[in-house]
Amino acid sequence: MSNKKNKKLTPVQQEYQNLAKAKEVKRNVLKNSLKAFLVGGSICVFGQGLQVIFIKYFKFTEETAGNPTSAVLIIISVLLTGFGVFDHIAQWAGAGTSIPVTGFANSIASAAIEHRSEGFVLGVGGNMFKIAGPVITFGVFSAFVVGIIKVTIKWLGGM
Amino acid sequence: MIQGHQSWVFKSKPTILGCGTVGGPFEAKGALAKDFDLLHEDIWVGQDSFEKSEKKLLEEACQIAIKNAKVKKESINFFISGDLMNQIVISSFAARTLNIPYLGIFGACSSSMEGLAIASLLVDNGAAEYALCGTSSHNAAAEKQFRYPTEYGGQKPPTAQWTVTGAGAAVVGKGNGPKVTSATIGKVVDMGISDPFNMGAAMAPAAVDTIEAHFRDLNRDPSYYDIIATGDLGKIGHDIAEEILKKDGFKFQEGVFKDCGKLIYKKDQPVFSGGSGCACSATVTYGHFFKEIKKKKLNKILVVATGALMSPMSYQQKESIPSVAHAVSIES
Amino acid sequence: MEKFFWAFLVGGGICVIGQLMMDVFKLTPAHTTTTLVVVGAILGGLGLYDPLVKFAGAGASVPISSFGNSLVKGAMMEADEYGIIGVLTGIFEITSAGISAAVIFGFIGALIFKPKG
Repeated sequence: MSNKKNKKLTPVQQEYQNLAKAKEVKRNVLKNSLKAFLVGGSICVFGQGLQVIFIKYFKFTEETAGNPTSAVLIIISVLLTGFGVFDHIAQWAGAGTSIPVTGFANSIASAAIEHRSEGFVLGVGGNMFKIAGPVITFGVFSAFVVGIIKVTIKWLGGM
Repeated sequence: MIQGHQSWVFKSKPTILGCGTVGGPFEAKGALAKDFDLLHEDIWVGQDSFEKSEKKLLEEACQIAIKNAKVKKESINFFISGDLMNQIVISSFAARTLNIPYLGIFGACSSSMEGLAIASLLVDNGAAEYALCGTSSHNAAAEKQFRYPTEYGGQKPPTAQWTVTGAGAAVVGKGNGPKVTSATIGKVVDMGISDPFNMGAAMAPAAVDTIEAHFRDLNRDPSYYDIIATGDLGKIGHDIAEEILKKDGFKFQEGVFKDCGKLIYKKDQPVFSGGSGCACSATVTYGHFFKEIKKKKLNKILVVATGALMSPMSYQQKESIPSVAHAVSIES
Repeated sequence: MEKFFWAFLVGGGICVIGQLMMDVFKLTPAHTTTTLVVVGAILGGLGLYDPLVKFAGAGASVPISSFGNSLVKGAMMEADEYGIIGVLTGIFEITSAGISAAVIFGFIGALIFKPKG
């Protein structure tokens, strides 16, 4: 990918970009990964605890307990987003908050809250999926492709 | 009067008669807080949207500048303003309130010096008796338009910058006070940087190009000025610019080459690489530097405001970020 | 008890993969999560994601990759009953709770909250 970019740049531009890269404050990849690991793992542990509660006290099964667990995590994320706290946690935790379903909820809630000034229909309704849209679009499309392939393979196998 | 290829020398030395600077809560905790005319406790400023808040900030800065210049609003011939919002609505709506003939400009974060250069040109050539130039920016409005919703939990890299919430305005005319002596209009420079979270690196080449053009056109060298300040290159862009200028033979004495984005905030504020936004260079110049020149602590400064000329769509279409820088010299 | 340990490890591990995608490959959070959803869908299709969920519990079901797996599962469940058309009709079968909750509570959030900036 970088080779393609280099072909379009003049030598002066290439030289400048090397300088700019050298001056860039290096992201502490190890520290960021550790923070993501800790926060992401903790959120999943919390989710696991919720699942146990839902199975034990609310008559959910291991299969179905994932749904109310996600719902609780989503509600908590929306509240933290609304109180202006989520983005501060996320700046520290990075992927630790954006990879679990908390990140999905935050992307929808933050966009909805932000665009209220443009009205509820076009503002909130129209912008809600601004950031979460790609996840849904590509999730659905890839599931469709995978599904079609699997069904075709099954059919070809004569089952 | 044109000098060299792209510079103006203002023979009649138009004066900055008065300035107005307004800031938000982050700026109130910053390093130059005491040089602001008005500081707000929150970014809403009593309005119900960020965009309306920014408009209020620009209007306030203009009104304070007019008051400090001791001229009647009705005697100001032209209002020159620009900002970061789509179609520069902030400036247009402020112009509606001020009811002064309006020239809208767009230079992204270089708007402050672009406006000051044009205002000075008009006054110097007798095309205006008084000209008002201003600009504004708002952290939340800018994040909403250019990057992500403000409550979104996307991790910002250390090369990112913090858009200043504020506005700066100045009235230019004939009288006593700090004088605008020259201006150099910059060319658009693009070194292929395409990361909107590293605008310092995108803008540094434009700053270098304009600074070198200024010294070339006016046949000066850096020792002429007490301070040469770039608008908002931030730590990374400023370092890059300094290195390239040194390589090209421009030597700065200790403490001469500064950056408004590095000056405006304290070291313990979470602003990553430094301040940015149109209001960054405007509030530091019309607040801090203006006051220092009036107190005769500074005599000759060159402010090189830098702007990144991308749109939210251009970098999604894999375009790089072209930049421009405009320089104005102010002397006591 | 053991499941909590694996939930922590696997969940944290998937987040580390996401962090590396952002820091080393300079992908945006949107690109990162989208990629992980697609990976989840592919692994789900290969029958590899469900065993991970059984093993690590919430460590596999909380990250966004499980969303891709659930979409495929829903599609396949309907396809098993109704043939190829089921792929289309079943996709949101299992993930309905998650998406509905996000939309509903996101909207309620917009009713109650103002952005803090």
